[in-house]
Amino acid sequence: MHDEAELRERVLRAAANKMPLCIRGGGGKDFYGRHCDGELLDVSGHRGIVSYEPSELVITARAGTPLAEIEALLARNGQLLPFEPPHFGPNATLGGMVAAGLSGPRRPWGGSARDAVLGVKLLNGRGEVLRFGGQVMKNVAGYDLSRLMAGALGTLGVLLEVSLKVLPRPAEERTRVFELGAEAAAARQIEWGRLPLSLSGTLYHAGRLHVRLCGSGQGVQAALDRLGGDEIAESPWLAAREQTLPFFQGEGTLWRISLPAAAPALNLPGEILTEWGGALRWLRTDLPAETLRRRVSAMGGHATLFRGHDGRGEVFQPLAPAMLALHQRLKLALDPHAIFNPGRLYEGL
Amino acid sequence: MRVMTPAFLSDLRAALPANALLVEAEALRPYECDGLSAYRQVPLAVCLPETLEQAQAVLRVCREHRVPVVARGAGTGLSGGALPLADGVVLSLARFNRILEIDPDNRLARVQPGVRNLAISEAAAPHGLYYAPDPSSQIACSIGGNVAENSGGVHCLKYGLTVHNLLALKVLTMDGELLDIGLSSLDSPGYDLLALMTGSEGLLGVVAEVTVKLLVKPERAQVVLAAFASVESAGAAVARIIGAGILPAGLEMMDNLSIRAAEDFVHAGYPVEAAAILLCELDGANAEVSEQIMAVRRVLMEAGATEVRTAQDEAQRLKFWAGRKGAFPAVGRISPDYYCMDGTIPRQHLAHVLARIAELSVQYGLRVANVFHAGDGNLHPLILFDANQPGEMKQAEDFGTDILKLCVEVGGTVTGEHGVGVEKLDATCSQFSSEELAQFHAVKAAFDPDGLLNPGKAVPTLHRCAELGRMHVQGGNLPFPELPRF
Repeated sequence: MHDEAELRERVLRAAANKMPLCIRGGGGKDFYGRHCDGELLDVSGHRGIVSYEPSELVITARAGTPLAEIEALLARNGQLLPFEPPHFGPNATLGGMVAAGLSGPRRPWGGSARDAVLGVKLLNGRGEVLRFGGQVMKNVAGYDLSRLMAGALGTLGVLLEVSLKVLPRPAEERTRVFELGAEAAAARQIEWGRLPLSLSGTLYHAGRLHVRLCGSGQGVQAALDRLGGDEIAESPWLAAREQTLPFFQGEGTLWRISLPAAAPALNLPGEILTEWGGALRWLRTDLPAETLRRRVSAMGGHATLFRGHDGRGEVFQPLAPAMLALHQRLKLALDPHAIFNPGRLYEGL
Repeated sequence: MRVMTPAFLSDLRAALPANALLVEAEALRPYECDGLSAYRQVPLAVCLPETLEQAQAVLRVCREHRVPVVARGAGTGLSGGALPLADGVVLSLARFNRILEIDPDNRLARVQPGVRNLAISEAAAPHGLYYAPDPSSQIACSIGGNVAENSGGVHCLKYGLTVHNLLALKVLTMDGELLDIGLSSLDSPGYDLLALMTGSEGLLGVVAEVTVKLLVKPERAQVVLAAFASVESAGAAVARIIGAGILPAGLEMMDNLSIRAAEDFVHAGYPVEAAAILLCELDGANAEVSEQIMAVRRVLMEAGATEVRTAQDEAQRLKFWAGRKGAFPAVGRISPDYYCMDGTIPRQHLAHVLARIAELSVQYGLRVANVFHAGDGNLHPLILFDANQPGEMKQAEDFGTDILKLCVEVGGTVTGEHGVGVEKLDATCSQFSSEELAQFHAVKAAFDPDGLLNPGKAVPTLHRCAELGRMHVQGGNLPFPELPRF
């Protein structure tokens, strides 16, 4: 499926027959979200960089373009995607990345995948090819339907092209490690968060707190002198992003818990790994979903059933009735025949 | 003009305390326009609720009587987003002016929508924190209005727009229902309604509470001023700075007419012979800024700058900025009237666009002063004219329309930060296809099926794309003359 016209034909046919489509790029994130029942719409063939001018800090590519290709091109030009997206497999695509809306270790300081979206070209459920946003940083014409696509898991349209803001790669990036208990590590991260430091990652697990700093050579050195800690042989950031650390290899259910950074310890049974200066906590636990969600919700956050589930129950934190109803109306505004990834995000959406 | 039915009036009176409802012509007058004073309209009534319950009650009454509602913050917007409707009510959020919480450990502030933008940074300052988006009207504009407009400022390249600096909103629907959008965590479940709501110009909901991100104040900020013999070489220097891997906190350009006007006005010490100047601000940790200043100076010299100056102290840094921030009123002093445009372009087309604007300037016989958020491509050409000269206003309008079309042609947009409001309805027609506009209307209907929230703004109807206008500044006087505008 290489051609925009072919994809459009498929959407028109699906709309006419009210036959759901399951949109798929590289397929590496099939595990993420709920199960989708429908005909496969493979968009991985719709690929290629459309435009890239490094001094504009913007790249535009077709949605099926491999993420690896984009990152390699940016790297050759001394740039990067500031949100450090996870690939979860060798074939991750630009469209899949936006649809999942997941961001990696740099997220609290570099912004999210959604933050970097400047514009999209998409197929809505009427088979119309529409463009929203653009290729410029500042653009307030029309509703922001482009950033709305980030994290919508393909339930609002088929992404055809995406424009992203990119940033210069920091001249220097260095990691230090501290041996600390959980309480001390949490306090340390809160303290760092209040200082003018160029952080670009934190990772705490099993008594070791890793911190990454980025910036110019002298700036990073000055920050390292201030923080202390030990040099490390191998940096954990890629393995954290791709979840290849031993922690993520364990058996059982893996929860992704998003909280205010300074929220207190969860104090729930299970094994925990903390990123994002405390704002992202991965928990392996056998606790019932309801118990865990109630606790996380009370702390001002939300919990996602990330791995180790069958995709039939609720994966994401349930929405309040008025919000779910609004979601349904919004879905139908873009996808009136409900053909795109039905149920992938929530049941009945 | 439509008059209020007794039943509607009595329902409004029941919903609000006596001092929270204005219906007399004299009391309504101050609400007849926002920062875009070329458009004026007295509403049926102005409601000034003090509590959420009162605001909800107002919305319910209006919905029941099918009376449109225009939400209003500080009324400093530049595109007529808060322009009242003759048959509608203005819902002022001005009395929602409390900072509810500053949470330094989570680096967030929870505030009511009528809180002024700058007041957030002031409240956060004792903690070494601040709120990054800084629209030029920040001493007066409200955070609720900033959300509605997705306001920018001069630091967007590095720190983003309003949408990048929000965590959560409470939003009232036209039914008076309170929706919680976003959380205090960095993401939230479901669709990104936070992004959708931001910049929706009061058409999807009424912002009732805002949770913003706070950032740690940089250790140091430093400005470099560079002069160039041509606008092209200044534009090329911008690309070189970015190309060198430097991300300035602010990067501004002014052309010769703006430089002269600003210099006459505030005596910033600008080189008045230069064809263009760049102001490049760098911020961060001390060592980092020192390193970057050296790098930027080197790049600017290589790019052919005729002069490069680094602000020697904080006083000089502020002076360099004063000229830029005073550019609008400065131009107001040299021309009876001016139009401010707000297009954004991919920076690589800057030389082409400015050359074309110069040609159009000759063609229309009207001068134009260019100020430019060079870092993010947001262009503010100021078209100089005299409304007392027959036909000149129309000429200026046509000139402006050509500039916005040009911005769209090179891949840009008709509004970078001022919003569409009523002002750019027509220009918006040129940026979107009818399918795209229909999609916007469908999204609007999902939130507000009866079309009672700020109808007729932001998204032009398919069959009526005729209205035209721009920021018209009469006699050089902005509605808020005390505010800097950039």
